[in-house]
Amino acid sequence: MPSLKDLRNRISSVKATQKITKAMQMVAAAKLRRAQAAAEAARPYAERIEKVLANLAGGVSSGAPVLLAGNGRDETHLLVVATAERGLCGAFNSSIVRLAREHIQRLQGQGKTVKILCVGKKGYDQLRRNYEKNIIELIELRGVRQLGFEQGDAIGRKVIDLFESGEFDVATLFFSRFKSVIQQFPTALQLIPAQISANENEAAVAGPQANYEYEPGQDEILATLLPRNISVQIFRALLENAASEQGARMSAMDNATRNAGDMIKKQTTLYNRSRQAIITKELIEIISGAEAL
Amino acid sequence: MATFHFELVSPEKLLFSGEVDAVVAPGAEGVFTVLKDHAPVMTVLKPGVVEIDGAGKKEKLFVRGGFADVGLGGFTILAEYAIPVADLDAAKIDADIKDASEDVADAKSDEARRLASEKLGQLQELKAALGL
Repeated sequence: MPSLKDLRNRISSVKATQKITKAMQMVAAAKLRRAQAAAEAARPYAERIEKVLANLAGGVSSGAPVLLAGNGRDETHLLVVATAERGLCGAFNSSIVRLAREHIQRLQGQGKTVKILCVGKKGYDQLRRNYEKNIIELIELRGVRQLGFEQGDAIGRKVIDLFESGEFDVATLFFSRFKSVIQQFPTALQLIPAQISANENEAAVAGPQANYEYEPGQDEILATLLPRNISVQIFRALLENAASEQGARMSAMDNATRNAGDMIKKQTTLYNRSRQAIITKELIEIISGAEAL
Repeated sequence: MATFHFELVSPEKLLFSGEVDAVVAPGAEGVFTVLKDHAPVMTVLKPGVVEIDGAGKKEKLFVRGGFADVGLGGFTILAEYAIPVADLDAAKIDADIKDASEDVADAKSDEARRLASEKLGQLQELKAALGL
């Protein structure tokens, strides 16, 4: 039976924890709003570039650039795993890592070589346990306050450099798509060869087919557009990730705050009961002492 | 004057969207003006100033690394980087020029060097044109 002092200490420590989780939840809510706005602001550009690309790719006949058609091999896979820099955000990091791990196991089962590029420390920490030698680099975004296109572009350039020096054949990006505060979906997106979704292709065909004039040439435009598209996709994934992370943290901290509240209630009941029991005991002692006289 | 729909988007946000009379854009092969019912054109843009002329008011924006897509539905510029000319100053262009000259020095292949020096030339030209 814990003493009254023990109980008091326990209650006050849970209260302190609750204050922290409550504060984290509110910070996450404020950051979420900003991250969501940034993700929404980036949407038009990404949609446009996809449309333009679909338009162009539909018209390309032969000798498509390698970024679009792939280099014809399927031996070495690069997995770009984007996670958060911090923990305490529920299953956010582990669900992205789980998806990546499933992918790695499947690829290794097929006898393919896997290389991993980690963006964000948490994913690196988790993947390092099993796949230390597969990880080629860790990119930390810890110091970055506001995600800008430069970050996406820098990663995009790195991926393209690796591709051009023949380090890998297929690149896939892992991140978490933001649906709502309580729903984030870990997603795998193939970067190289570029994936142009079928319905967009259809839309391009069904829509008013413009007879475009290209300046300089169609190939030159495609050659500049494809690397740009990769950077844009990565940038967009980073933004989605940021919003998902804050959403996941918000709901995780909300749960933690509620749990702490339950615990405080339970401990307080216990505290009051034992206090009353002690008072009753003392009274009985006094009365029976008085009766004995 | 007849108007058409124009959009200027950068990866970070939508900078302009609306009906305009005319837009002047710095194409890689020369500056061009788009009016309503322009023939569909897709072109790379060089760093420069986009002039938007719509509903009696004019706007000037500096863009870098962009594409122009004139389609049947309207005109869209996808710019890697865009800010209003009023916010532009010599220091920013100088920083870009410095980056570009570093790119020229770092370029590994001839092709990359050619592209980088082309970009450097465009930036210097632009700086002179704006009189900064």
